[in-house]
Parts: sequence; C-alpha cells; structure tokens
Amino acid sequence: MPFALLKYGLRRRYRPVPDLPPEPDLKKRYDVVIIGGGGHGLATAYYLATVHGIRDVAVLEKGYLAGGNTARNTAIIRSNYLTPEGVAFYDESVRLFQGLSEEFDFNILYSERGHLTLAHTDAAIRTARWRAEVNKHLGVASEVIYPDEIARLAPNLNLSRDVRHPVLGALYHEPGAIARHDAVAWGYATGAARRGVSILQKTEVTGIVKDGDRAIGVETNRGRIEAGQIVQQVAGASTLLADMAGFRLPIRTVPLQACVSLPVKPFLDPIIVSGSLHVYISQTPRGELVMGGASDPYPLYGTRSTLDFKEGLMANMLELFPFLAEMKILRQWAGMTDMSPDFSPIMGETPIRNYWLDSGWGTWGFKATPVVGKRMAETVATGTVPELIRPFRLARFDDIELLGDKGAASVGH
Amino acid sequence: MSGTRLAAPFGSLIDRTRPLHFRFGARTLSGFAGDSAASALVGAGISVLSRSFKYHRPRGLFSMTAADANSLIAAGAEPNAFAEHVPLTEGASFRGQNYAGSLERDRFALMGLFGRFLPPGFYYRAFYRPAGAWKFWEPKIRAFAGLGTVDTNGPHGYFDKAYGWCEVAVVGAGPAGLAAALAAAEDGAEVILIDRNPVIGGSMRQRRGGVGAEPLERNGKAGTIHVMTGAHCLGLYDDNWLAVGQGKRLHKIRAGRVVVATGAEEQPLVFRNNDRPGIMTADTVSRLIRLYGVLPGRRAVVVTANDQGYGVALDLVEAGAVVAAIADLRLAPDDGPFRREARAAGIELLDGWTAYEGHGRARLGVVTLAGVTGRGRVDDSRRRVDCDLLAVSVAQVPRLHLLCHRGMRPVHDGSGHSFASGELPEGVGLAGAAAGRYSLDAATRDGLAVGAAARQAVAGGAAPEPERPAPDGALFNHPWPIFPHPRGKEFVDLDEDLTIADIRNTIAEGWRHAELVKRFSTVGMGPSQGRHSALATQRLIAEATGQTLDAVGATTWRPPALPEKFGLLAGRGFEPVRRTAMHDRHVEAGAVLMPAGLWLRPAHYGGSGDAAGAIAREAANVRGNVGLIDVSTLGKLEIRGADAAAFLERVYTFAYAKQPVGKSRYVLMTDRLGIIVDDGVACRMADNHFYVTATTGGVDGVYREMLRLNAEWRMRVDIANVTAAWAAINLAGPNSRRVLERVADGLDLSPAGFPYLAVREGHVAGIPCRLLRVGFVGELGYEIHCPSGLGETLWDALVEAGREEGIAPFGVEAQRLLRLEKGHIIVGQDTDGTTNPLEADMAWAIARKKDFFVGKHAIGLRSRAGLTRKLVGFRLPAGESRVPKECHLVIRDGQVAGRVTSAARSASLGHVIGLAYVPAEHAAPGVPFDIRVDQGAMLRAEVVPLPFYDPDNERQDS
Repeated sequence: MPFALLKYGLRRRYRPVPDLPPEPDLKKRYDVVIIGGGGHGLATAYYLATVHGIRDVAVLEKGYLAGGNTARNTAIIRSNYLTPEGVAFYDESVRLFQGLSEEFDFNILYSERGHLTLAHTDAAIRTARWRAEVNKHLGVASEVIYPDEIARLAPNLNLSRDVRHPVLGALYHEPGAIARHDAVAWGYATGAARRGVSILQKTEVTGIVKDGDRAIGVETNRGRIEAGQIVQQVAGASTLLADMAGFRLPIRTVPLQACVSLPVKPFLDPIIVSGSLHVYISQTPRGELVMGGASDPYPLYGTRSTLDFKEGLMANMLELFPFLAEMKILRQWAGMTDMSPDFSPIMGETPIRNYWLDSGWGTWGFKATPVVGKRMAETVATGTVPELIRPFRLARFDDIELLGDKGAASVGH
Repeated sequence: MSGTRLAAPFGSLIDRTRPLHFRFGARTLSGFAGDSAASALVGAGISVLSRSFKYHRPRGLFSMTAADANSLIAAGAEPNAFAEHVPLTEGASFRGQNYAGSLERDRFALMGLFGRFLPPGFYYRAFYRPAGAWKFWEPKIRAFAGLGTVDTNGPHGYFDKAYGWCEVAVVGAGPAGLAAALAAAEDGAEVILIDRNPVIGGSMRQRRGGVGAEPLERNGKAGTIHVMTGAHCLGLYDDNWLAVGQGKRLHKIRAGRVVVATGAEEQPLVFRNNDRPGIMTADTVSRLIRLYGVLPGRRAVVVTANDQGYGVALDLVEAGAVVAAIADLRLAPDDGPFRREARAAGIELLDGWTAYEGHGRARLGVVTLAGVTGRGRVDDSRRRVDCDLLAVSVAQVPRLHLLCHRGMRPVHDGSGHSFASGELPEGVGLAGAAAGRYSLDAATRDGLAVGAAARQAVAGGAAPEPERPAPDGALFNHPWPIFPHPRGKEFVDLDEDLTIADIRNTIAEGWRHAELVKRFSTVGMGPSQGRHSALATQRLIAEATGQTLDAVGATTWRPPALPEKFGLLAGRGFEPVRRTAMHDRHVEAGAVLMPAGLWLRPAHYGGSGDAAGAIAREAANVRGNVGLIDVSTLGKLEIRGADAAAFLERVYTFAYAKQPVGKSRYVLMTDRLGIIVDDGVACRMADNHFYVTATTGGVDGVYREMLRLNAEWRMRVDIANVTAAWAAINLAGPNSRRVLERVADGLDLSPAGFPYLAVREGHVAGIPCRLLRVGFVGELGYEIHCPSGLGETLWDALVEAGREEGIAPFGVEAQRLLRLEKGHIIVGQDTDGTTNPLEADMAWAIARKKDFFVGKHAIGLRSRAGLTRKLVGFRLPAGESRVPKECHLVIRDGQVAGRVTSAARSASLGHVIGLAYVPAEHAAPGVPFDIRVDQGAMLRAEVVPLPFYDPDNERQDS
C-alpha cells in the first residue's frame, strides 16, 4: 500500500492539509486578470506563477472552479491531428500531461488506453491515412490498421461485414489517453493558489474597462477590478466576452452533449471513436462508459440536454456494441463549444491592447490544457506570442490563412 | 430468518394462486405473479442483494424507489437492474453483484478493513510516485471498478418507440397526481396520467390512513384520462417533450401542460452502520407489507420524526411482527393519531432517542439507541435492542428531477427541512409532496388546484394563481437526521460508500463549494444520483463552512430521471439504405456495392474476384466503345423564379445571368471563407428555371444552405431538392451517340444539333427525359435524367440498344479512374477543409466581375496574398509499378510539403498518374517531387499538365 495512504490511515486524527487554500479577499488591482476559472485559465495562472514568477494574478470564475467545459468534457487526450501545426502543439500537450501527477503531487489518473478512430468509408480511410502519415512524420505514434488488428485491441467491437456501416479500418493512436479531467484543473488550481494566485469563484465579469484601445480592467458582479493584462479563456462564452471587449470573433457557440452509464466491470480498454457513426466511447476507472457524439445541429448559448441526442447516439452505439442494449445511461449533460471556421483554436493578440485571447477550442479544449496554459503564460509574461501558437492567431481570418484540422476533430461538424 | 409471506388482505399486487420459481445465484426460490424481483427476494428470505461499491459491504433492500446501488442485481443479461423494477417471471435468473467468490463471503470484503486508508479521492493522493508507478497500480485499481457485469454475448433484444400527444400530462398517480388528472380532465381535456407502479394510487395504496385508490381509479379510467402504468417518466425536455419508458417501449409524448406529482424520496438516518441489511425506509416496509404481502422482519424497531412512522409500526404489528420500540428523534413530539394508537397498543415509545449504531454482520441483529440532546448530539444513555428490522421515517426530499431537466434550479425551502422548487419552467405545474405538500389531505387539495390551473391554461384562459394548501414539510421532515459516531461508518451515500468523515475531510481539504465537494468525493455520483445523499451532504457543508443552506445551494438533477437502457433509446434503429431505381439490375450484373452516403452504388461489376481486372475492362470499354453508369445518386435541385439566375450568381462562383436556355454550365460552390464545398452543373431549362446537380454526399448540405441563404436574401426563387425524383444514367464512349440514336425519339443528336454542354428535353425509349451533354469521363457522353420510376426501363432500353456494340455498365471505381485521366477533381477527395478554387486550379470557374458571390471576398484576399500550395497532376516514370495511396505525403527537404489526393495506374496512358498538392512555387510542369509511400519508400514524381488524357477535348466535344 502506498505510503501516503498508510500515513492517512494510521494518523490518530486526520488533519488534512488543504489542497485549496481558503479564497482570498478581492483586491482592487492585479497584474494579470484571467477571465474564466476553467482548466485553461487555471493552467495559465499556474505557469505564470511557476515559470514566470508572476503571482499577482486573479482568476475570475462566474460559477465554481472548473465547472464549465472542464467539468463536462470526456477527458480524451491525443495528439493525432492533421496539420503539422496541430500535431506539434498537441504533442507538447501530451508530454506535459504525462508529467503532471508528479509535478502537482496529485494523481490526475492519466491512463494511456490507446485511441481507435474507426473508418467506415473510403473517405474515412483516406483521412486516417493522412493523419497517420503526418503523425509518423512528426514522431507521433499513429497507424492505419485493419479489422484483424482492431479485433485484437477491442475484441468486443462488432467487426461483422454484415452491418450497415462495416468497419473497414482504423487510425490507431497508441498514446491516446484519458485522465480525470477535474483533477487536472484542481492540480493547476492548487498549485497556483499555493503560490499566491487568487482564484475567485462566483465572480462574473460584466464588462471590460478600456482606455482607448487598451484594456485596463474589468467590471464584475463584485465591483471593478483593475488589471495590467487581461486574458480571456471562457470557451462557450467567448463571443459574449469579446463583445464586451469591443471586437468580434468568427465563432459559433454550439452545444455538445455527452452522457455516462452505470458502472460495470471493465470490458473495454481502448478509446473508440467513429466519425461516421458519430460516437466516442471510453470506460473510466470507475467502470462507467463515457460517451459522446456529434455537436448539436444548431448554435445555442445553453447547456440543456436533449432526448434526440441520446436516441441517435445509442442507436449508433449498439451498431458498434450490440450487447450493450441492457446497459443504462445514468446521466447526460451538455457543454457550450466555441467553434471557429477552420476548426482550429484562436490564441494570442486581439485588437485590444493588453487583452489576450484563448478561444475557438470547440470540442477539444481539454486535451490542450497544459500547453495552452504554458504558452499563454509565456505570451502574457513576455508580451510576445510564441512560435508554437502563432499559427493560431485571430488575424488569420482577416487574410484567410486557414488551418485545416477539420478532419481531425473526432466527430461530426 | 425473516421474510415471511402474509395472507390477504396484505399483498394487493400479488396473485397467490400463481406461484413462480426463480433463481438467485445457485438457489431456487419462489414468489408470486405480481411480485417484483425485490419483493420476491425479500419474501424468500434473502437479505443480502449485493456488495457495496468501494468496501464491498453486504447490502440489502433499503428503498424500493430511489434506484440506489443497494438494490441493484443482475437480472438475466441485464446488469445493474433495479430489483423493484424487474417484474418476476417464471424461471427468472437473478444474481447479486460486485463480489468475488460468493455474495455471502466476498473476498473483496477485506476492503472494508482498509477503509481508514482510503479517504475520499484517495486515488489522487497516491500511486503516482515514482514515475511510472501509476502504470503498475492502475490495472489493479481498475479491476475493482464497476458494479454489474455486462454480458458481451448478450442479446440485442427488441425495443421500439411510440409517439403520444396530450393537452395535459400528469406524472405520478399518487393522491396529488390523481386529483390533478381528474381536475385537468374535467372539461374534456386530453390527459395522460403516467405512473411507474403497476397500479395507480401511489402512497394511498400502501400508507396507513390512505383512503384507498379505488374510487379515483374508477374515475381515472373514465372519460379522457389515458392511464399509463408501469411507465417511468425518464425525462422532461424542452417544450414539454416527455420520454416515458414502459417495458421495451419508449413513448415520446408532447404535452401542452405537464403536472409533476412525483412525490418525495424518503431519506436515510445517518448513523453508524446504517447500511446493514435489515435497515430500510418506512415506505419500503409499508410497500412490502401492503402491496406484496411480505413481512421484512419479525422484530422491528422504528425510528421516526413524524406521525407516519408510528403508522408503519402499527402496520408491522397488524402484520404479526413485534415492534420492540419506536424511537422519535424529536425531544417533545406532537401527539398525532398514529402515535396515540401506538401508545394504546402498548408499543414502547422513546421520545428524544435515535438509532446510534447497527450491529450484525450480514444482517441487522441488534441496534443501539441513544438519547438525543441536540442537533446531531447524543448523551450517554444507550439501549441495545434486538431486532432484525429497522424502519426509518425521518425526512423526505421532493423528487424534482423532471423540473431540473427543464432548467429549474432547486433551492432550500428556507425552513432547513428540505429542498423546494425554484421558479417553475414554462408550462409545468408541481403538486403534492413534490411541492412540499406531504399529508394526504394537503397533497390531494394541491393536486386539484394545480390540475385545475392546467385545465384553464390549456383552455386558453388567463389562469389565475391556484389557491393551494400551505406546505407542511416541517411536520414530516427532521432538520438534522445525522448522528456522527466516534468510530465512523455513518454512511451519507450508500451508493459510493461515503461517510460523514469523508464529506468533512473533503471540505477541510479545501473543496468547499457544493459542486466541488460532489466532484472530489463523488458523493451523489452513484446510481441513485444523490437521492439519499444530496440533502445530508449540503447540511454537512453548511455546518462545516458556517454558511446557510441557501448559500450552499442545492445541486441539480440531470436527465434521465431514472437510468434508461441503451436499447430503449436506440429503439429499432433507423438506418435507411437508399437504392436507385436500377439497383436490381446492378445486383443481377454482379455489382460489388459500396456506400455513398446513404446510397449504395456499384463499385464495379462482375463479382468481387478480380476487382482490378473488372475496373480496367470497364474503363477500357468506355474509352474504346460505350459504357453506362448509374448516376441517379447525384444531387438534383430545381431552382425556379424570376430571380433564379440572380440567385445562382450569388450562390455559385461562375456566371449564369447570360447563360442561354438549353445550355449547361459548371457550378462551383464556396463558403464564406472561399473554401470549395460542392460542384455540379446548372442546366438552364427556361429563363426562370434551372436544373442544378450537386454531389451525392453534398446535396443535402447544399440544399439546406440554399434555403438558409434565401431566408437571408429573400429573393424571388423557389428551391426544391428533387434528388429522389429523378434517376440518371451517364452513357459514355465513342459509340454512345450511335446507341442513343436507336432509342432517342426524334432528337437531333448530331454534333451541331446537340453540341457539347447542350441540354435537351425529349423522349428516350418513350420515356420523358432531360439530356445533358457532359464529359466527366472525357468521352462523348450523355447524362440522361428520367423520372425515378422509369429508371430501370430506361436502363434496360439503353442496354438493349447497345447490345450490338457490346455496351457494358461501369462502376464508381472505373469512373474515378476515367475522370482522373481527364483531370477532373472530386470535391472532398481532391479538396479538403481549406481548399480554395485557386489552389485547385479552378480560377476559370470564377466570375471575377460579379459584385458578389459567397466566398468572393475571401478568394480575393487569397489571390492577392499569393498561393501557398497548388493541386497539380503528376506522373510516375513509366516503369514504376507502385501506386501511391491517397494521402501519402509529398516530402521536400525532409518536410511535409503536400499530399497525394488521387492516384491510379492508367491503362490508357501506360503509367501511374495522380493529383497532389505541392508548394505553389514548385507547381510548374516538369518539376520533380518525392512521395513517401508505404514502408517509407520514396517515389519520384513529376508535375505534368492537366488533363492527362485528350488535352484538347476532341473526344468529349466530338
């Protein structure tokens, strides 16, 4: 039994060392104000404090810590993207993820399960090959594999040819992983708070204070806060915040739903994704199946759940796993995804000085949490956008320098 | 051992004349028709149903309504079945869950001894040092995951769906719901009354003092009330869209108004070992006795904080059990009617006492009672009482799940006694115990008032605020049924094995927000989703953080209201396959079919044996003779109206205003970013009428986008998707004119009379057709469109007409090769998510002088910025036999410089040809470049001009 647990159990009276220090009072000014206390915002604060020694930082969260998309995503981590820019970026993210438990002194339950993107059509095989070739070129493990090999990795998957959408092959990405999404955010929050970052929950930004084209503070439900620099990291609310700041984003906010089953004994090791069937599925360390599908077919600023999402998803789920008919959904939920026109994120400068942007993360923001935090912190601390994230600049939509990672977004857009 | 079957009148649901046999593990037991698995198991003396999630403690039936982990069993192939929701059938097979070895002697029960070493979130605290340690520990921890076991050979089973409509849907047929349904239906409104029990009546059938549901039931069946029993309302979605599961059928019901009368969930008393089998809610005891004729214990103790608890004690006595004592948490209880009766019956009443510790291993044997001195505090007085049953009636929590689905946020009711509804969603009423009206009288009157309001609302009148009885929760709910014990094991959450200390430690570790407590400790994340734990947890948070309950806030409930089977949601599945009118002919000709969207298309003919040979023969026949291909799956759109040409000018990149009637013209669609999204041809049938084709996979999106754009632009144009209405055949090859002449009734097919790109209407083999002279495969050819119903006839006529020449059908694969030789792109294969027309070398398809088309601005920007890549034709040296695959990469100076989009060996040209993206500065004909193919081999290719075949178009124009 690990020492940490022995220590806990043998102590006469448990005196917990708080992970998260009590919330500090709100100050009038901070060097950096981060809007959005999700994974991205917390990671940015963490790296500002740890790497750059900038600790006069406030993270403003309108709800509770990491309660937005960080709490709602399906926690898949992979770097099998399509464009060299995307692969390089996510590869750094994966490497950071792999060291987080030790760095935080907090187990994020990072679990390499292998990631299979099933291909049911010629076109899907084509895209799989494209991704595999680009990945391999950049040193990321991805292969196109065929049903024999798929059967070895996922013996329960229905690989019959006699179905509506037979599995022709798959993109296999061995490092594909899941992690405890909350733990990632908590690790960053704890690390940042211990170094003096103020994480302020139930603090909602209602306006951006500007002096000419320069942002100098924010209005909140708890009053005005002055800021040297401001970073916006608010996912589904990106366009609303940009409106407050006085610029427009080419982003549509679309709900993405997911659900989880009652827990059963482990039967599924890899993460399975099917673009044609709009399904992704993995089994958590608790034994639950976490399942998601296509984005909702219309934009909406809302997180209500729908019935037809589940009906469609389950019909497809049973195509892949016909024996799951008696399994039960325990809970469903939705998040608001911020979709950019080229399905790639938007990071860096905005038309407003001292106001930095991190958005357009659509349905894949979780897996970028560490690298975004690290690179946005670098951006804020140095005032320059690092090479790695420069391709994701907002201005690319003005001159139509698009990034094409549409094909690598897991399912349906 | 306990578990006795009672004689009538107990057991209103069971039929004693129909005994049923079933298995529980290795044992064969019996019950009666009408039993649930839960009642049958308890009736047969089974007290341990499963093992708990974390510590593998023995667990028995605690509640028959909360769907908690205690009552989860394996029922046949169904894992995690709620025992109360499984009707007993002859020969049924049930098993316990989550144990190793046997349910009675679970090897994993040792986990309980390690409890002190496993704090909430223990897995966050350990297992990750040294680096790589987690890879060692994780599989071991993962092995403990899950409750039930899924049968990977289990059957799919049959499930289906039904659709319903009503003016008022009432969920819950207890006193409030019945009254609401009757009131709502008074003027003849269509009412659906939904209840999960096999019969309506709810608590009236099982609670002492219930008036009996028979009169209401009679009324309920009359008139316009449609009663659904055994029906679980699983979700209430936007616009009152209800999901109701009934057996293997999912009913989807649209209701004008919804009245939620789902009652309340009886709560546990939190004390040491409060999870021992034999401890259950008082409602469960009543239900077992009254509905199933099962006496769950011989010697009982009742812990209560309201008069209803005394009623359960009287039930037990009436059923033949001994009630050793009734402990009342209240220091000075009001004297209610049941309490008076209990005292008169000689039962010992202990005011100001609580259950403090349960004893017994697999089954409760003794309970220690302690004197209560204040909130959660006890003095030194103790009583040990032998008993095999402890009935708990201390608090209720309204079932507000359905309202939460519609966005309502629950609040604390201000008195500290329970939750209450926040602002109600539009079109929904809430009545009875779910609305804090617990007593039979209050619930009934509340139901009448809320039902009447629903009736007025559907009648369209301005509904006055109904006059409702006052909430009476304080009479039923104790504000602090939580008694910590120095030795712990007081379970707040039975699903997740979480104790008072676990919740307090979570808070002490800094996770103070109610949502964070939940997420960190996992309280409320189990099968019952916090039905038993949410209120107690929030009380503990309020206490530990010094906040009011209101400030702590209530957590919400997400759909479904009860776990729902995948199969129920999936139904029969709807995976339509679209077949063209000529499908049977393809099958007869040995076509190997491939999916194209929902369609099936022949990849090639002649069986699956020699695909390459078949494709080559089909292609050669087109090049040298004549072939025909079914192109019915092409998208087809009719654009009509005075603005038809102007509309196309805006939607597509090319120019259409001056396109002559009787001519076709290429169409290329880009999005606002100038990215290619579809292509096809537009035929001008009349000044104000275009017939436009789109790609098979793209037409639905194109049609949708056209409608959307026109909703914005409001032009005088009508857009119809007529894809399914027209079959189409492409007749291609040097002999195609000769074949067509034999069946084209009176059409002038001469090169001058029907030139390249012309469009004609006429009859072919007596069938009215639209004929297009197009050249996708690069030969003289005709695309002949006819009404779908006549597609097969037309196919037969052309095959017959070409018999002499040796006409043969060709499939998609041959077509792909032929079009590649001709340098035509396939949108989606040779383009990707960022391809603009300039990159695809299609500047010729852009009418630059137009003021506007979708994408013009972006294309202009790209044009000025200069291209970074270009789609070019390439060829491999004549001797090279390897064919690059689509998406093999172009490598230059060790970097990814592009990719192959199409490649094939061309028999006509004698070498491998293809299309590839290369850097714009290396796109000139003659420039060599490298392609990395399988196994990392590099092939040297050379850029060549397009098209590869017949560069002067002499063949298709002939």
